[in-house]
Amino acid sequence: MGSRDDILRAVRAQTLPDKPAPSLDQQWIRYDDRRTQFATVLAGVGGRCEFVADGAEAARKLMEHPAYDAAKRVASFVPEITRGNVDLATIGDPHALEDVDFAILRGEIAVAENGAVWVTDAGVRHRALYFITQHLVLVVPASALVDNMPQAYERLQFTGPGYGAFLSGPSKTADIEQSLVIGAHGPRSMTVFCVGD
Amino acid sequence: MNHPDLALAFIADKPRAKWHDETLWFVRSKRDKAAWQLPEWELLRETAAAIKAHTMSHLADYLEQFESQAQKLGVKVHWANDAAEHNAIVHGILRERGVRKLVKSKSMLTEECHLNPYLERHGIEVVDTDLGERIVQLAGESPSHIVLPAIHKKKEDVGAIFHEHLHTPEGMSDPLFLAEAARQHLRDKFMQADAALTGVNFAVAETGGIVICTNEGNADLGVSLPKIHIACMGIEKLIPRAADLSVFLRLLARSATGQPITTYSSHFHGPMPGGEMHIVLVDNGRTDLLGSDDFRRSLNCIRCGACMNTCPVYRRSGGHSYESTVPGPIGSILAPSRDAKKHGSLPFACSLCGSCTDVCPVKIDIHHQLLTWRKEIAHRGLLPRSKSWGMKVMSRVLRSPRLYAASGWLARKVVPKLPRFMIYNPLNAWGKRRELPEFPRESFREQFERRHGK
Repeated sequence: MGSRDDILRAVRAQTLPDKPAPSLDQQWIRYDDRRTQFATVLAGVGGRCEFVADGAEAARKLMEHPAYDAAKRVASFVPEITRGNVDLATIGDPHALEDVDFAILRGEIAVAENGAVWVTDAGVRHRALYFITQHLVLVVPASALVDNMPQAYERLQFTGPGYGAFLSGPSKTADIEQSLVIGAHGPRSMTVFCVGD
Repeated sequence: MNHPDLALAFIADKPRAKWHDETLWFVRSKRDKAAWQLPEWELLRETAAAIKAHTMSHLADYLEQFESQAQKLGVKVHWANDAAEHNAIVHGILRERGVRKLVKSKSMLTEECHLNPYLERHGIEVVDTDLGERIVQLAGESPSHIVLPAIHKKKEDVGAIFHEHLHTPEGMSDPLFLAEAARQHLRDKFMQADAALTGVNFAVAETGGIVICTNEGNADLGVSLPKIHIACMGIEKLIPRAADLSVFLRLLARSATGQPITTYSSHFHGPMPGGEMHIVLVDNGRTDLLGSDDFRRSLNCIRCGACMNTCPVYRRSGGHSYESTVPGPIGSILAPSRDAKKHGSLPFACSLCGSCTDVCPVKIDIHHQLLTWRKEIAHRGLLPRSKSWGMKVMSRVLRSPRLYAASGWLARKVVPKLPRFMIYNPLNAWGKRRELPEFPRESFREQFERRHGK
């Protein structure tokens, strides 16, 4: 505990004039057409967005994914699109997810400003699924599309243990001569289905 | 070694230096385009600066709040006064649990503390999993940029490094191929790791959570497989509320690479089910900076790298010339705070153009602080003689109108007649790679007197 007290004492020894926290209630950007904005930005970062009426239409669109046909292991939390063939209930160790080709999961919020989708590990036993899969499909209600990040955070609550993330496009790197390579460690593609009106 | 000497080695390879310059300027221009997409960009910067100023004025309270909230989530919180204590804490956690293999995602703090060599000396395999960091790790180097660690490497260099360590075919330098080889290599490392260590981009006092931003997803994949997650952070990473993240996440990636947001912006609240999570809070000189009215604002830095991408000196001299964990303009403030003698040349690696200050997302007055550091270095008697002697002479000349007029006359009459070797020699740094301008025949005073009489 020595260092804890040292640090806190050293910080308290610097009496700085009180500066108030700024208001976050400002005129942040809004979009006339959130759907186009979201789809355009997501495409710009290597992802793909499809607006579909229901799960059946999403399932048909998923068939068109160039890698889906060859996929051997599909893990799904969205039965209205597919049940998949990986029984997640029987998997105790996330390492066993190594050979998952497609993971289909639900997203809670989509952000038009930056093409990001908020996901959590609530009900998803292994958060590794989001990153270890070769291809990621997120299903978001179209009604959960917001303009900007402040609106997204208004809807988020962090009341207990848990994991949540904004995901925007497939895993990528530009660390070799600034050449963009999609599929660094995580998914090689990211598809977002915005379902409904 | 000082910055100008090290930079000399960098610019010796002209095509490479030019590529470095142009590539970083391209990243800077992407940043501009991203910023222009948001009409509220300046308001965001002001808000971010205000949140940081507020946090610093209540830092002890927020640290305590963060600790107690994190503990409620099941996190073990550690405190380290300095780098040695930080390294010992991390090693202690790993040793007690018998960890042999550690995967790491990007953390400038652990670079600052030289954690990797410390753990390796204790027999632990440490694998940096960010592709750029893995490249420099295999090359036995340190990152030359905080966001683009291997920006000083060409693809042929990476090809050679991978050929040696990952056994890719000799001469193969296609980035797609090399990145795929790294993916396979690092997947194995992820699968075998006993524990994962990450840095922290933001820590939220209100919730006890930490946020980590990556594009590759290496932090997330790393901490999702093994049971043990250690997160190391400087005490300045704190922000008060979760909603403040909306401000910082909107600024960070746009400023860094021109992306609207990083691909992964992950919020960790407590360990994963059945796992354990440790957070190490590190001071290592930060409370000293907090006490400095001149340099406190440098603690606001969110490590986006925008000041490096825009800096005409950084772009043309490369990150390694700074010999500092954080190079570039912000590093030239932070490094002398640690060791003014060793890093005394850095505040002078600057043209005072102010571009860094203009792009800084948290509005740090970087070039003003660099100027302040110059005064401080002179004040402490740490100037090299080449500078202190010149300044003494200039001071004498500029204080005396007669001396000033006389030396001007001398320069106009004599210098143009001197043979080249007397001007363009090693004593005149200003004559390297550039010609002196043509000297006017008359001074302003002479012209004025000729036109208007005495």
